[in-house]
Amino acid sequence: MSETATVSSRISDSFWRRPTILLLLLVTPPLLWLGIVYLGSLFALLAQSFFSIDEFTGLVRYEFTLKTYAELFRASNFDILVRTIVMASAVTIASAIIAFPIAYYAARYAKGRWKAVFYLGIMLPLWSSYLVKVYSWKLILAKEGILNWLFETLHLSWILQAYLAIPVVGGNSLSVSWTGTFLVFVYVWLPFMILPVQAALERVPPSMLEASGDLGASSSQTLRHVILPLALPGIIAGSIFTFSLTMGDYIIPQIVGTSARMIGQAVYQFQGTAGNIPLAAAFAVVPIFVMGIYLTLAKRAGAFDAL
Amino acid sequence: MHSKASLGLKITATCGLLFLHLPILLIFVYAFTTEDKSYQWPPPGFTLEWFGVTWNRPDVWEALGLSLRVAAISTVIAMVLGTLCAAAVARFKFFGRETISLLVILPIALPGIITGISLRSAFNIADIPFSFWTIVLGHATFCIVVVYNNAVARFRRTSGSLVEASMDLGATYFQTLRFVIMPNIATALLAGGMLAFALSFDEVIVTTFTAGQQQTLPIWMLEELVRPRQRPVTNVVALLVVLVTFIPILAAYYLTRGTETVAGQGK
Repeated sequence: MSETATVSSRISDSFWRRPTILLLLLVTPPLLWLGIVYLGSLFALLAQSFFSIDEFTGLVRYEFTLKTYAELFRASNFDILVRTIVMASAVTIASAIIAFPIAYYAARYAKGRWKAVFYLGIMLPLWSSYLVKVYSWKLILAKEGILNWLFETLHLSWILQAYLAIPVVGGNSLSVSWTGTFLVFVYVWLPFMILPVQAALERVPPSMLEASGDLGASSSQTLRHVILPLALPGIIAGSIFTFSLTMGDYIIPQIVGTSARMIGQAVYQFQGTAGNIPLAAAFAVVPIFVMGIYLTLAKRAGAFDAL
Repeated sequence: MHSKASLGLKITATCGLLFLHLPILLIFVYAFTTEDKSYQWPPPGFTLEWFGVTWNRPDVWEALGLSLRVAAISTVIAMVLGTLCAAAVARFKFFGRETISLLVILPIALPGIITGISLRSAFNIADIPFSFWTIVLGHATFCIVVVYNNAVARFRRTSGSLVEASMDLGATYFQTLRFVIMPNIATALLAGGMLAFALSFDEVIVTTFTAGQQQTLPIWMLEELVRPRQRPVTNVVALLVVLVTFIPILAAYYLTRGTETVAGQGK
């Protein structure tokens, strides 16, 4: 046996006798990377949120304080938090409503070639460029764009005008209204909702639906009392994505929407132009905190099995 | 139960799919429009002129080159780390196993802006200047999860007795790795790699925090979205980006088809 073969078989033997060595070899590199690069940075961020900015010099004062967190509750900042969480909830609910029929059809009725069509039909939009998707909505919502043209051609502009006159959701045009922001969010995150709901529905045995029907339930009763409860973990799993992604996004509200900010934009501006890193860090902690609660609740509802 | 879908379900499902696809199709039309000052619909005319203009733009080429290099290197790092992690989680039961799978998913479960600002403040504290490598560092971190997801699913389906049989027949660990494990997981790895590449190629939120003066293609696009300079060129670039990202996704689909590994699940 050659020299190298002996060495390799000896190492191989030691792996067999002590699997722990192999395990350590496997987990150490990814653990080091994620531990140092990711968790390290996360802690660096957390630490910054306990500092404050000196009002006179504008420099960061490196002393422990909760002052920066107190600033989150100032009316203008607190509005940002409320606005973001309301938007994230609305987007999540709308995504669930639109996603359900697609997921249900794909899971129950799509067979063979259609199954592939549905699969790719969800996967391609999911993986297409985020910015291109946002851009396409800038084209759609523009004053001279396709949506206004459609309303005009159908002589329905008055409906659009009446809708835009509604305070809060309306505005000068769709591209500078909350409705616009909301539409883009729903569009961009919808596939993240469809996939887990579809996965949950695929696990519902058809015999269970037959049993429900045999026992005299109408299809709407079966939907309400059998299918929906079984799909719920999937919906919750999907909502983790839609909620979290909406909460942290700063590009969509910047490109389509009003001038009122969301958490992501606040973080971006405070760390950039304003140079107030402690406040930016404190703002960034809010989504972590909210997602922490959300994930705990979701885990209790068994949503992780549907992921 | 009926074995056929009701009309209402068919209509809502179809409308949902159309809602997902029509906006992207619009990009295909706008790339050929002759209008260069606004987003006018319907386009007044069609032309191929802007493809030529885009071809001669050095800034587009530079951004594209940077994006491809970042995506390639991040993918390689993510493939190594993701596979190691998947092998450990799928093959062993150990203390902290759940924590590791959570740790891998975290960079994608938390909003990108948090990953971004965390990395940025860490770079500031450690006095690391922004460079090509700071971008790669961020990208590799959130790409690990995609490779991990694909690999872990395949490892779980590959029976452990295959490995044992190979060793019983006298193969060393390295031979088993080369002739038994690798052929079994190769397509899943390739699919994971493709998706990681697509993810990195498209990423913008983390990148804005970890890039200094460099412009990746998504950052270039973001600039154009916020402050449009030459709309037709943006239209053409948008079309090209769609086409470029479709290739790895379709490839990943065909690689994992029929194996129940849902390649793109949980982007």
